[in-house]
Amino acid sequence: METKTISRRDLLKSTGVLVVGFSFFGAAAKVLAQGEGLSVDGMDPTVLDSWLAISKDGTVTVFTGKVELGTGVVTALAQIVAEELDVSFSKVYMDSGDTDTAVDQGITAAARTVERGGVQLRQASAAARQELLKLASARLDSPVDKLTVTDGVVSVIGDPSKKIAYGDLLGGKRFNIRITAAGIGWDMKVAPEIPAKNPKDYKVVGKSIPRVDLPGKFTGEFVYSQDVSVPGMLHGRVVRPATSLSAPSSVDESSIKNIPGVVKVVREGTFVGVVAETEWAAIQAAKNLKVTWSEPSLKMMSGPSEVFDYLKNTKSFKDTVVTNKGNPDTAFSQAQKKYEATYYWPLQLHGMIGPPCALADVRGDKATIWTGTQGPFRTRDSIAKMLNIPPKNVHLMYREGSGSYGRLESDDVSEDAALMSRAVGKPVRVQWMRADEHAWDPKGPAQLTTVRAGVDAQGNVIAWDFLDRSLPWSESENNPLLASTQIGMKASGPGFLNGAGGGGQIYTFENQKVVASNIPWVQQGQWPLRTSNLRAPGDLARVFASESTIDEIASDQRMDPVQFRLRYLTSDKRISEILVATAKKAGWTDHVARSTPSNGTQVAGRGVAVANRANTMTAAVAEIEVDKATGNVTVKKITLGHDCGLIVNPDGLKNQIEGNILQAVSRALLEEVLFDSTGQKNLDWKTYPVIRFEQVPDVDIVLIDRPEMQPLGGGEPSIVPVTAAIANAIYDATGARMRQVPFTPQRVLSAIKA
Amino acid sequence: MARISLKVNGKSRVVDVDPTTPLLYVLRDNLELHGPRFGCGLGQCGACTVIVDGATMRSCQHTAAEVQNKTITTLEGLGSVAHPHPIQAAFVEEQAAQCGYCMNGMVMGAKFLLDTNPHPTVADIKKSMNSFICRCGTHLRIIRAIQRVANSSVKA
Repeated sequence: METKTISRRDLLKSTGVLVVGFSFFGAAAKVLAQGEGLSVDGMDPTVLDSWLAISKDGTVTVFTGKVELGTGVVTALAQIVAEELDVSFSKVYMDSGDTDTAVDQGITAAARTVERGGVQLRQASAAARQELLKLASARLDSPVDKLTVTDGVVSVIGDPSKKIAYGDLLGGKRFNIRITAAGIGWDMKVAPEIPAKNPKDYKVVGKSIPRVDLPGKFTGEFVYSQDVSVPGMLHGRVVRPATSLSAPSSVDESSIKNIPGVVKVVREGTFVGVVAETEWAAIQAAKNLKVTWSEPSLKMMSGPSEVFDYLKNTKSFKDTVVTNKGNPDTAFSQAQKKYEATYYWPLQLHGMIGPPCALADVRGDKATIWTGTQGPFRTRDSIAKMLNIPPKNVHLMYREGSGSYGRLESDDVSEDAALMSRAVGKPVRVQWMRADEHAWDPKGPAQLTTVRAGVDAQGNVIAWDFLDRSLPWSESENNPLLASTQIGMKASGPGFLNGAGGGGQIYTFENQKVVASNIPWVQQGQWPLRTSNLRAPGDLARVFASESTIDEIASDQRMDPVQFRLRYLTSDKRISEILVATAKKAGWTDHVARSTPSNGTQVAGRGVAVANRANTMTAAVAEIEVDKATGNVTVKKITLGHDCGLIVNPDGLKNQIEGNILQAVSRALLEEVLFDSTGQKNLDWKTYPVIRFEQVPDVDIVLIDRPEMQPLGGGEPSIVPVTAAIANAIYDATGARMRQVPFTPQRVLSAIKA
Repeated sequence: MARISLKVNGKSRVVDVDPTTPLLYVLRDNLELHGPRFGCGLGQCGACTVIVDGATMRSCQHTAAEVQNKTITTLEGLGSVAHPHPIQAAFVEEQAAQCGYCMNGMVMGAKFLLDTNPHPTVADIKKSMNSFICRCGTHLRIIRAIQRVANSSVKA
């Protein structure tokens, strides 16, 4: 039980001292914190005290808007701070995702947390270290350049008896200095003029420090968003059918009168929810409440093929031209050999194992929220808007939920909890049921990708024309969350582009065009086919299309697919180096795909693919078997090479890569959202299967560490090349080109027969 | 409402609940044992797993009333961060989680497997753990953690 006995903001205002009641590290710490500087948009980033505080015992408390999503990223951020300040890792405490104390560093997403947020914290720490050395210089009567720091103790070089600890220099006091900070969110540049430590001297960064959050996750002691409770708390559940939302024309409350402990049926706009004294009562009430829904104005589409038709036939509202050089049309028309194909990527689920959960306590014009959002400030602002109160009246405290892979950027459940709490005037905890989450998860968008490539008489690629037509993220950051749309708030725009990476732009072709078209999808919040960013958004589909095409050309030109790629991977040596290293690790020998087909029923193949996701370079080699009688594909092994610049935590990175690979295999072989005109059909794990232990391949990982570079993202780039590598391996094994995900036995059989 | 007596983690507990309440919500909400988690409520994912009289049980699929007078062990009954069970220690050694939401099922599934088959092969592990879902893709680390316990001399 977490009991909030004192308002942190009140405390902060009155004394400047903050009691941290819940600790990510499991230990309570009293720290001196920011005091002034609280603004509507979180803490003032130009006040050093907004970023960190040093207590008398030398504990460093870091106030960060970045949150742990189960990837280990907060451990990596703590390593960066410990390194820059020269304190031991165990002295760093991360106070994460509290909108009253954190700087708004933007949402935690897109594998940008270390790359951007890490650099912000590194520079704030460098500024703090500089100030601490200045203070030590005066106290020890020695110039700064004669000082050194070990484990948070400053001493004079050559005279180690002259020393003073950070805690004694500053403990219990504020830095009271300003630093520079320009820009907002991810793009904020913090104190760039302050020199940071030379990576050659790193002692903590680059080490596989065990994750601080894991031990309690194996014992039940870790507090997830699902575990937070406060005295007097009630339980809420939502009532949303898995089809187009309409207005409830009647709600028969007598249908649940036999369920003991029901407190209230909450109705507002098209929103229906139930609040009860116990969780079980709320679950039963939501299940049994008889609601008659009016005829929806928006009809569900008849099935996935209608979505692809829609993508094909609907005018784009914005084309992002990634590259356009030479004259691809003319070159294509003059090509000796032409390759043209269309690739299909379905709507897919984020598939959180734990449905989202939030606790809201709305009293008058104030609200307190505990939730697992990826964007604490986005959720805070959405709730403020929905409740029509100022953002500063909403205090959001982050508590980690289940792994979300982009899903909790749209933190819908917090709004559900806030609406129901307001209706009953008490704190309400809401968790979505499995069918709620399967249906109303804002899904990874469907994509329809066409590629045209042409080759001259000598076998050189002379034309490349790549067009991705994707649904947008209808639930993007500028649009309201689900409950807000149900009470009448309208989308402000058609949604964000589903990325533009992976269209073959890593290759150097003379005549080359890569375009990502954003197809409007204006039905925001109205049906289960809502969309948002899903891990490495859009890149999987584009790399599936581009890397399948490259493979097709290589095979047709009787070239080894690795050698063929290297001919055109000339723009960045990091991508060619990772491909070569990965092929070597996989024991790749030059071999034209399909040149030695086996004749039995069970046939083996291997395939390769490369990708550049946000400047992290990856390559994958897949080894698979196909049962030609059933069409069943077994992935035996994935070898994956990964170059994300400076590696902060090698084992943490490997954990992420392993996870990305397995999720990629799952999405490639198994996953597709199914529906018809009556609603969504897969509402549980039987009808939407994901990878299981018996389907897990062996994994081998190659890391290239580049200490001279800045750290880049590791949370999602490695998911990108795997689908294409599997597709190319299926071709090698069977001669069948896969054009549509997932590679179900039925689709593989049809491709073999085609 | 009904008074129900439960033997959980070696202690007798009495709760006053609607007798149709699944064990999961009694453990989480009445007894504040948060190891077992709600994942699907359908018995499909394993996040709510407990061990009852030596066998795994999906606690979302059985009422508390059904398990009166039986011996219930939850994740908390195995060990703590300060005093971890060898399986929990092995999961830490292998850093065998990402978000960790499914870990209750993974650790309890491993406990059942190792109690019934102390030296499982990788194929045995995959087969026995196949009904537990992990979305983060930590399967390989979980397999290594189970092997680590099986290969050590410590009794699981």
